[in-house]
Amino acid sequence: MTGRSTIDSTISPAGNSSAVDVRGVSRIFAARRGPGVTALDDVSLVVAPGEFVSLIGPSGCGKSTLLRLIADLDTPTAGSVEVFGKPARQARIDQDYGIAFQQAGLLPWRTVAGNIELPLELHGVGKAARRARAAELIELVGLADFAGHYPDQLSGGMQQRVAIARSLAESPSLLLMDEPFGALDEMTRERMQNELVRICAETEAAVVFVTHSIPEAVFLSNRVVVMSPRPGRIRSVVTVGLGDRSRRGEDLREDEGFFQALSQVRDLLRGDEAASTPQGAQGVETR
Amino acid sequence: MTPLSPPLPERFGLPARWRGAVFGVLGVVVLALLWELYTVLGPEDGVVIGTLTVLPRTSDLAMPHLATMFARIFEPVTGAASARPLWQAVAAGSLFTLGIASVGWLVGVIVGLALALLLQRFRLAESAILPWIILSQTVPLIAIAPLVRRWGAQLQFGEFTWESWMSVALIASYLAFFPVSIGALRGLGSPDANHVDLMHCYAVGWWKTLWRLRLPASVGYLLPALRLAAVSAVVGSVVAEVSIGLRGGIGRLIVEYAGSAGGDPGKPWAPIFGSILVGLVAAGFVGLIGLFLRRFRRGEVSI
Repeated sequence: MTGRSTIDSTISPAGNSSAVDVRGVSRIFAARRGPGVTALDDVSLVVAPGEFVSLIGPSGCGKSTLLRLIADLDTPTAGSVEVFGKPARQARIDQDYGIAFQQAGLLPWRTVAGNIELPLELHGVGKAARRARAAELIELVGLADFAGHYPDQLSGGMQQRVAIARSLAESPSLLLMDEPFGALDEMTRERMQNELVRICAETEAAVVFVTHSIPEAVFLSNRVVVMSPRPGRIRSVVTVGLGDRSRRGEDLREDEGFFQALSQVRDLLRGDEAASTPQGAQGVETR
Repeated sequence: MTPLSPPLPERFGLPARWRGAVFGVLGVVVLALLWELYTVLGPEDGVVIGTLTVLPRTSDLAMPHLATMFARIFEPVTGAASARPLWQAVAAGSLFTLGIASVGWLVGVIVGLALALLLQRFRLAESAILPWIILSQTVPLIAIAPLVRRWGAQLQFGEFTWESWMSVALIASYLAFFPVSIGALRGLGSPDANHVDLMHCYAVGWWKTLWRLRLPASVGYLLPALRLAAVSAVVGSVVAEVSIGLRGGIGRLIVEYAGSAGGDPGKPWAPIFGSILVGLVAAGFVGLIGLFLRRFRRGEVSI
């Protein structure tokens, strides 16, 4: 099974109706001596509007690099990245996506509301509209009592919720998330996953989600992209048929299909597709 | 999951902010006690090892009692009937010097900030200019003071004529700009890669990033630099007054009164206390600025 065959079926004929269209992308980091490090090698991926796609793989498989290329925080050595039919750079300038990192990255001198308003303020949204939007988002992420708090007064999970609210501020149709729950404890993490599913159902945004965690990827995604390192390539794509987002809840974690997809992804990560005895994959959290 | 607001650590039953003040006062008291104790217990001719005097003589002329120093402040400057009290003369000199130092500080801060912005904006400028900034501080003040004065004297456009106090302010700014430029450069470069990436994602330019991210982030670095600059400006003013020979300031008084130490041991100490006071006022002023910028000094958060 190759990654390409699974992906190609989702490429739409029009070409510009996809949220993300990555074609034959390579990224080689130049080294002072020698040939350099190939972080990504001929990767192609299409994300449909409203689709939740997770990128998973061991450290060094280039999943974060791929996300940074989509966000135009980095440029590919070869290939093209299009977001909503536009080059990634144009999409960034047009603010077509919202982004959240592993570190919440809140500005410590701004309150919760101030942090959420930041992108709106930078793009010249009026004060009243900003206030209203921030209040709405604070409600959405369940921090209504903390609007006037500063980040150092919040727990890690709360800070991350503020960061997610901030990424949603301009109602983007695409969310890019780089291990946003990576630094959280397991219980907070599962609660945040449930909230993210709910938020995505409400906003109908497409999501590209980088993670280390197999259950997280399977629980959240429509498709899980399994990547392999050195050089970074897409090994395979697992379609998780767990149904509509709005019906995803806590009980999904007990579902038979959930466990099937879980072991499928796990086997793929071990690089042994025929294996029937699921065990922990190296370099990846199996929790 | 609970909001964290750690209580101020308390020791000796004192809140943290008062503890600093108490220890500060205690330090001064200990210094005064040491001084008085030595004048009483120390040998009359000082401690001499071989021909080298390690500790001064304890005569009232060499080490006047603190009481003598303070009493002298309230006596007239000279024996003349028209002489005003010493404290008035010192206060007037202190204000004069404080004024010049303020101008020097302001110019130094502006130049320092401008340099830091230039260095932050252009990588090439950093490698080209930074070594010169550091090198500038190795030139002794005494060497540049006459130069500044001579160049200044040649300046004249229309109504404007260069005055001696401007030379003093310029020299003060020469000392003051250095900590500001270095502190601001570090502060402007202090935001996480994370934050810089975020600004890039928001597609905002250098100026907006500066205003919304780099400047607020630099406050924590800038305030100590501003305080250092304030103290440097005061020291620079006092030294430059002496080098240039400007009358009216505290530097001049220190030199003038030092001459009367032989017969009037308390007198030279008055302008020294005056200059200390000027330094404290300058540092206190920066502390006041810090109060207004408290919001930007919240600890960097990470999860």
